[in-house]
Amino acid sequence: MNPVRAIGASSFDLLQSAGRLAVFAARGVMAAAMPPFFGRQLVRQLYAIGYFSLPVVGLTAVFTGAALALNIYTGGARFNAEQIMPQIVALGITRELGPVLAALMLAGRVSAAIAAEIGAMRATEQIDALQTLSTDPYRYLIGPRLTAGVLTLPLLTLTGDIIGIAGGWLVAVATLKFNGTIYIANTWNFLQPWDVISGLIKSAMFGFIVALMGCYHGFNSSGGARGVGRSTTNAVVSAAVLVFATDYIMTSLLR
Amino acid sequence: MSPVSTAAPKLEMRGVTKTFEGRRVLDGVDIAIQPGRSLVIIGASGQGKSVTLKIAVGLMRPDAGQVFMDGDDMTELTTAERSRLHGKLGMLFQGSALFDSLTVWQNVAFRLINADKIPRKEARARAIDALQRVGLPRDVADRYPAEISGGMQKRVGLARAVAAHPEILFFDEPTTGLDPITSDVINDLIIEEVRRLGCTAVSITDVMASARKIGDEIAMLLGGKIVWRGPAKSIDEADNAYVQQFINGRAHGPITCV
Ligand SMILES: Nc1ncnc2c1ncn2[C@@H]1O[C@H](COP(=O)(O)OP(=O)(O)O)[C@@H](O)[C@H]1O
Ligand SMILES: [Mg+2]
Repeated sequence: MNPVRAIGASSFDLLQSAGRLAVFAARGVMAAAMPPFFGRQLVRQLYAIGYFSLPVVGLTAVFTGAALALNIYTGGARFNAEQIMPQIVALGITRELGPVLAALMLAGRVSAAIAAEIGAMRATEQIDALQTLSTDPYRYLIGPRLTAGVLTLPLLTLTGDIIGIAGGWLVAVATLKFNGTIYIANTWNFLQPWDVISGLIKSAMFGFIVALMGCYHGFNSSGGARGVGRSTTNAVVSAAVLVFATDYIMTSLLR
Repeated sequence: MSPVSTAAPKLEMRGVTKTFEGRRVLDGVDIAIQPGRSLVIIGASGQGKSVTLKIAVGLMRPDAGQVFMDGDDMTELTTAERSRLHGKLGMLFQGSALFDSLTVWQNVAFRLINADKIPRKEARARAIDALQRVGLPRDVADRYPAEISGGMQKRVGLARAVAAHPEILFFDEPTTGLDPITSDVINDLIIEEVRRLGCTAVSITDVMASARKIGDEIAMLLGGKIVWRGPAKSIDEADNAYVQQFINGRAHGPITCV
């Protein structure tokens, strides 16, 4: 195949996949937004996606907050500005690192788990079985996962914000001789609601992306166990890349 | 073809074709099943039996042709209408396809709870009844599919397929891969349930013992077409070289396998 044709063919493939993904997303959103709802499934997903991600998001946040504090302190010291470290840490976490890192942890943990579970259901004809039992797989499988992603990631991010700032505080008080009370007061007086809220809006979108990628790749998986492996990898990679790309776009819009 | 009959067919496929990646798997399948009859489609592995069944059930769209269930063209229905038609049918999958995140009784009661919105307590009682009919003790109800044997999973799959009193039942390789004794038990259960419900049955299999036992009629799928159809009783006298080769299990003959 000549190079021009190869590029043409692959961009056609790309457009085609984008179209398929858009149709899938639209059907998923309709299923999530309109009854009948499957409450039990939603509760299960809220637990699986939200509750059980708390430890990993919390750990990531505390270490990131601590490391960020050290780095900003070092950088700030070069022009005698180390005292504004608390403010910069708070801003960096609420606006950027909290939402993005929580989303990345969920891309690894949740996209993969969703893709593997739904992919295995596809491989073992459980999705076909749903249909023969008069149950729409989009409503039963996809809708609850999308809803759970959108609802839980902002809550996880908010928790991560608090824990991340606490991580910075710990380092500052324990090793950098900051006064703990003043640190908190500085952070509190400096942060504006929008710093936190814009991060939470981004993370709602990230939650949607993470759940959608898991669902999409799992639902369209084919080729048995190998196919499940492939779709799990694709779910994680595409969720991570889309989170970064969306982060830039949404940050420039929500600034 | 089949003897002339007066009743409208329960299910009819007309000129159904299906191609995968340039390979034509179904090449004009025509077949009709009268209400209350049991038809078994036989054929070597890879001949498109599963594809035929998936199209008949509405899980897959044909490239061309039509599928009528009670006179409604399934290929032209919206998802909601197809879902209504799915309310009339039950299907037993080759690998049972039980939901592994749900217990056995929740599997059996799945349609009752999720589609028919029957209270869970009543649905559970009906599921346990259905489990008892397929010979499973009460204590199996609260186990998970992964905790029971393959033969038991088949029984659960059958109980789930019949729990909501379908009008037409589909069986995908109901005994393939099971030992001969378990196979015979499953065959008997299938016959019993089909008779009790008075429903139409369509099965596909590559196991002749099953085909003879559960079918009133047998049809043979080869090269994407139905090449023979006749009463199950007289299949041994079939004047068809393909059928003779298949039922006698000979490697040499007009059919060459890949
Ligand atoms: N979803 C699919 N995508 C691509 N090829 C398929 C698909 N389903 C079936 N096929 C192909 O169609 C042929 C017939 O398959 P199948 O109906 O499963 O045969 P069998 O008679 O053994 O049940 C096989 O060659 C299979 O590879
Ligand atoms: Mg098959």
